Amino acid sequence: MNELIALSAAEAAERVRAGEIDPGELFDAYRQRAAADDLNAFTWVADEAPRDHDYAHTPLGGVPVAVKDLFCTEGVPSQSGSKILEGYRPPYSATVVRNLAEAGAPLLGKTNQDEFAMGSSNENSAFGPVLNPWDRRRVPGGSSGGSAAAVAAGLAPWAIGTDTGGSIRQPAALCGVVGLKPTYGACSRYGMIAFASSLDQAGPFTRNVTDAALLFRHMVGQDRRDSTSLEFPEPIELPRGEDLKGVRLGIPEELVGADAGVDPGVRASFDETLRLAEELGATLEPCQLPHASHALSAYYLIAPAEASANLARFDGVRYGLREDGASDLTTMYSRTREVGFGPEVQRRIMLGTYALSSGYYDAYYGKAQKVRTKIAEDFRGAFERFDFVITPTSPWTAFELGSKTHDPLAMYLNDFCTVPMSLAGIPAISIPSGLSEGLPVGFQLAGPAFSEPRLLAAAYALEQAIGFDGSPARA
Amino acid sequence: MLDRDQVLHVARLARLELSEEEVERMAAELSHVLDHIEKIRELDLEGVAPTSHVIDVVNVLRADEPEPSLPREAVLAAAPEPLMDGFGVPSPGAA
Repeated sequence: MNELIALSAAEAAERVRAGEIDPGELFDAYRQRAAADDLNAFTWVADEAPRDHDYAHTPLGGVPVAVKDLFCTEGVPSQSGSKILEGYRPPYSATVVRNLAEAGAPLLGKTNQDEFAMGSSNENSAFGPVLNPWDRRRVPGGSSGGSAAAVAAGLAPWAIGTDTGGSIRQPAALCGVVGLKPTYGACSRYGMIAFASSLDQAGPFTRNVTDAALLFRHMVGQDRRDSTSLEFPEPIELPRGEDLKGVRLGIPEELVGADAGVDPGVRASFDETLRLAEELGATLEPCQLPHASHALSAYYLIAPAEASANLARFDGVRYGLREDGASDLTTMYSRTREVGFGPEVQRRIMLGTYALSSGYYDAYYGKAQKVRTKIAEDFRGAFERFDFVITPTSPWTAFELGSKTHDPLAMYLNDFCTVPMSLAGIPAISIPSGLSEGLPVGFQLAGPAFSEPRLLAAAYALEQAIGFDGSPARA
Repeated sequence: MLDRDQVLHVARLARLELSEEEVERMAAELSHVLDHIEKIRELDLEGVAPTSHVIDVVNVLRADEPEPSLPREAVLAAAPEPLMDGFGVPSPGAA
């Protein structure tokens, strides 16, 4: 393997900044790997990096970034995994993509995803499923499956994705990489093709926690084009903490207990992580999130409801697909949407439209928004006693392609441990904890809003103690 | 739980032209998912305020200053039917 590929992103950035590596060579090394991608992780790969940058004098040193398809990238296909946007090249770029480009991380390529980020296996992409580099018969998770697989396989030094109910954390866990879902509002959503606006957040996929902190540092910031974005309240330092002395970890019984359906191999790896945390000086105690077991139900009302409104814009008028031959406007809308949207997206639009429709609004959407309030209160209560809560990221490891596609509800259970944090708007990170039968297992740490610096520090200490080796997937 | 007429009504609201087969499948799948979701209706949430925004923020205002829009040709470049500097569509026809 090329020695440039073996470097972590932060190491590569440092070497470019020290004048020891040519950023053009670094870009080409990754470009060649991305172009030869046989995991279907990429939907588009750049020919070259913009040359108008003196990368040695940028904080990210020209280390290229892979970007989930749903981020708008000027003049570059941005299709959100959907046939209805096939070939769409937006006239502007998402704020997060611009922030990274300005910090010296040029666009390497666009990564495959579940259509409009709706899915947990990447099998809902109009451009075919992504394969897991640890076992090509298995899914990489979703919806940001392409970004996770690309980083795991060393086709990209790092990547960005989005997380609505687990779409960064779950694929990170299934591919053996680090994935951070930031506090809602930390990163601008401008230029992200919207799924569920009150939940969508951009975040990094990286090989390690240090890379995640570095990339995240340059993603955040208030943006006048997204009025829900906020200035991050403190500098994001690279993590150094070697221990967890004085750190109080809560283990939510509702998500980790015997009824939670966690696979035994995942459970064993999680227990080993808890043991290491204790060794590092953390105190561990069970905690309660009494409404967490209702989070999935609330999520599968709120997210489809918001999606049904957001996806109304795909009507065959301004961009993307139009199904020709309709004699009137309404028929053109309905046929375009029928042909352009895949089955899962249609299912969620139907579910969301139903939940918002006259006579059902209070019983479904209204009730779900109240459950959301209770879940946020549950976390606030927990964080009075604990610094973080810790859970497995996914109840199971990467599953075989096609094994869950027949049952939408079984697929939704992938989000069991990740959805509560999304509803509460709080940050959560997934870190590899080891292997179970040769497949990566991840665990999740979640903290109060804007606790990312402390969260990353704790994640770093655990990462050092775990010593996970992701290199087999990059071979 | 969801019958055929309800599925057709929702599909009309969502502007989706479902085939006969899809109407049947959708009725079954949505009912299955809703059966599971129904559990939240058992919760007593009397007096709980619904969440409208998850992070405490104050309203964000900015000066209303005109600035250039995207160039018209850049926006129309992606349109299926650019027409007379605008978006062409079929006749609205009968509702």
